[in-house]
Amino acid sequence: MTQLKLMDVTKRFGDVIAVNRLNLDVEKGECFSFLGPSGCGKTTTLRMIAGFEDLDEGELSVDGKVFSSSYKRYYLPPEHRDFGMVFQAFAVWPHLTVRDNVAFPLQIRKRPKQEIAERVKMALQSTGLTHREESYPGKLSGGEQQRIALARAIAINPKVMLLDEPLSNLDAKLREEMRFEIKDLQKKFDFTIIYVTHDQAEAMALSDRMLVMDRGVVQQVGKPLDVYNKPANKFIFSFIGLSNFIPVALSGGKARIEGVADVVCGAAPMDIGSKALMACRPSDIDFIGAGEGDMAEAGAASMGARVARRTYLGDIIDYKIVAGNSEIRVQKPRHAKGPAEGEPCRIRINRILWYPAE
Amino acid sequence: MNGGKKFNTANLVLVFSILVLVVVVAVPVILIFITAFFENGKFNLAGVMKILSDPDTYQALLNSVIIASGVTLVSTVIGTFFAWLIARTDLPFKKVMKALFLVPFMLPSFIGALAWKVLLSSRAGYINKLLMAVFGFQKAPIDIMSLGGIIAIESMYLFPFVFLQVAGALERMDPTLEESARISGAGLGTITRKITLPLVMPSILSGALLVALYSLSHFGVPSILGTEKGIYNIPTKIYERIYASGGSFGAIRVGTILSMILVIAAALILKLQDVLLKKGQYQIIAGKSMRPVVLKLRGLKIPLLIVSIVYIAITVVLPTVTIFMVGGLKTYGLPFALTNMTWDNYLKIFQWRMTKDAIWNSLYLSLGAAFVTMLAGTMISYVIVKMKVKGKFLLQFLGVLPFSLPGTVIALGVILTWSGRFGINLYNTPWIIFVAYIARYMAFSIKSNSASLSQVSDSLEEASRACGATHWQSLKNIVLPLIKPGMISAFFLIFLPALRELTTSVLLYGPTTRTIGVAIYALNEDGETVRAAALASVALLIIFMGEAIIRKFLAQLDKPRAKVEE
Repeated sequence: MTQLKLMDVTKRFGDVIAVNRLNLDVEKGECFSFLGPSGCGKTTTLRMIAGFEDLDEGELSVDGKVFSSSYKRYYLPPEHRDFGMVFQAFAVWPHLTVRDNVAFPLQIRKRPKQEIAERVKMALQSTGLTHREESYPGKLSGGEQQRIALARAIAINPKVMLLDEPLSNLDAKLREEMRFEIKDLQKKFDFTIIYVTHDQAEAMALSDRMLVMDRGVVQQVGKPLDVYNKPANKFIFSFIGLSNFIPVALSGGKARIEGVADVVCGAAPMDIGSKALMACRPSDIDFIGAGEGDMAEAGAASMGARVARRTYLGDIIDYKIVAGNSEIRVQKPRHAKGPAEGEPCRIRINRILWYPAE
Repeated sequence: MNGGKKFNTANLVLVFSILVLVVVVAVPVILIFITAFFENGKFNLAGVMKILSDPDTYQALLNSVIIASGVTLVSTVIGTFFAWLIARTDLPFKKVMKALFLVPFMLPSFIGALAWKVLLSSRAGYINKLLMAVFGFQKAPIDIMSLGGIIAIESMYLFPFVFLQVAGALERMDPTLEESARISGAGLGTITRKITLPLVMPSILSGALLVALYSLSHFGVPSILGTEKGIYNIPTKIYERIYASGGSFGAIRVGTILSMILVIAAALILKLQDVLLKKGQYQIIAGKSMRPVVLKLRGLKIPLLIVSIVYIAITVVLPTVTIFMVGGLKTYGLPFALTNMTWDNYLKIFQWRMTKDAIWNSLYLSLGAAFVTMLAGTMISYVIVKMKVKGKFLLQFLGVLPFSLPGTVIALGVILTWSGRFGINLYNTPWIIFVAYIARYMAFSIKSNSASLSQVSDSLEEASRACGATHWQSLKNIVLPLIKPGMISAFFLIFLPALRELTTSVLLYGPTTRTIGVAIYALNEDGETVRAAALASVALLIIFMGEAIIRKFLAQLDKPRAKVEE
């Protein structure tokens, strides 16, 4: 069932189009992420959903009820939208105790005392803050402050939870822990999540579906693995995960790297012009024996190269190898055998995506 | 051997820094205490009580409290309101308006008071005469020369303290603190009451305390508007006693006792402010810069803009214009018509001995004091911030002590110290004013220099040492260029207030050592209103030019710095 619907949503700041004709349906109970570099419009979109920004064009509805609409000239202020929201900088009120912070949305709604007490207790229990009830936020750690913000957001049992880069102010270890806590809270309280982040690992780990944005325009919407494996364009490929782009010359379905005489791939696409980019992930490249590698194999390529640098990164070994005028990054597990620094080698690229050259 | 030498230099600098502060700050303060509490070498509390319960001094104490309370209240309300208007609404021309609200900081309050006396005194005030003519009143409707008038005029010039503090807090406040209240279901009224106001309350209170501190020991406005009508506060009473007795020791002793009250009150106020700021120092600074929630004024937009403009017109433009116009009158009391005006008055300011001397005295005294204080402050700040030596807490204490000492108190301390007691008699020479300015403004210099020094990371100096530079070379090539903007701003922070200083100079001047402030004050006392206004006009021009030059200068200095930080 569709819970959140955005139709042709557009927002301008002066001459800049922050969000351009965004269309989106988010299902009930989904965890949906907005992913993109800073300034791509993801936070602006979230703030339009929350009601902090009005939209210049388009319509936004929740459960079939219109919240903002340029057509109907209607705008419901944020305080009447009944969302839960967590901000990047926590935004917990330093002059109120943990309990008063969490009770605030309930007090505003003039719920009975008994109910407020119960809900606050429940929210604090769920976020592991029961023993901190009487503390002031200033005395607590960043992780605990973010838990207060979460507890405050779930106190009213919202149908939709908006999270604006909620983990980016926490250290790496805590960040991973909190991801799971957010998922657990979602299971327990059964809300839809709209999650904004610039961290692709976070989006991949959390989301049922995600949307990648760049310069105000939606680039791709889909399940994390689909976006990773079948990026719609070069921007997404380079934004999500590590990537190599190898410039090649194409003729008659054969690809050659600049500075190398041999054909590296005999089954290149025929329809993207005479110059193209061969894109691949560093983990999709194997070292192979001399003379190995079948040029005719579709979606694969092989070539001779030389190891320019070899670096241990703990679990993995990172190689910088040079083929013709191109530098290619290869990553292998630390126990896998590979050539030494300075040695010539031969590689096979197992999964290739082709993009037109600029 | 090298290490030993360095150690010695460090100690030398430390000893010299302490010496400067002891001579300039500590000795005068101690002498005030001794003079107040000891009579003929014996501790004498009864004498202190006797003077405080004397109806004359008691009334001055009471007036000080009444004026300070009134000014604090009015300034806080006005300052908070305009700060909110600038920081939290969609008032048009915000940037310009904000700059305009800070102009009263530039205007010397006693010049403002002089203008208001001309406009609203009950006898000859121009506005009063106008109102009487238009509405046919028998008596002047407003008497500015009253407690209420003093409160009103002082508030006009002190409210920016509250305005600056509150506007700063509102602007720096993380907007998501308010947004999270909105998404929790609260409307703007509730948010203002339950979130915004409590969060900026420490700033409001600390601004209010600053106003109370200044008002309690304020000399300029009460001296112009009160003395003539017999309304004295503590500083004007001290001045009156000393002036009336021709500087007798008995009068100075009364002065020191009244000064003690000011010092103790100031210490309490600063302590309270410290406690408040520590207790309420919430982390409300934004992590991510975003537009704060801005209240749309809609229909009230233009009316509120007009209110702000009228306020500025009345408090800034009207008094300034009045001073320039009165300064040009052929005879005081004539209506403002072109035929009654002459440029001669202004030219005579530069010919007449007394005013010419006053301008010259003020210029070289404030330039000299600013230069010396800047250098001494830099050295002392370096010891406080960068050197690991024992005993620097003493420097810190002595360095900021003058900040809590009213100008009147500093003047008394300087009189007690430099009138021959230690073999040096500077009385009636410009040097006594020079020493007093250094004492009065040392805290400014140390504050400004410490702030810029603490931003220079130790590793920058260490990197220079690692490159082979000596301690002195590192200072000269790395540290000094980096703190230059702080030093220059310290210089101007001292030069400009010193240029228009009145409170301290008025107790220290001799026949040939009047400063601009003293000369204006004396001319007004003698009923030479036109001459006072003409000199005030010249002073205002010098001040405006000074401010303009500084702004340009500091803006240029900031530019290369901003680039590095990006």
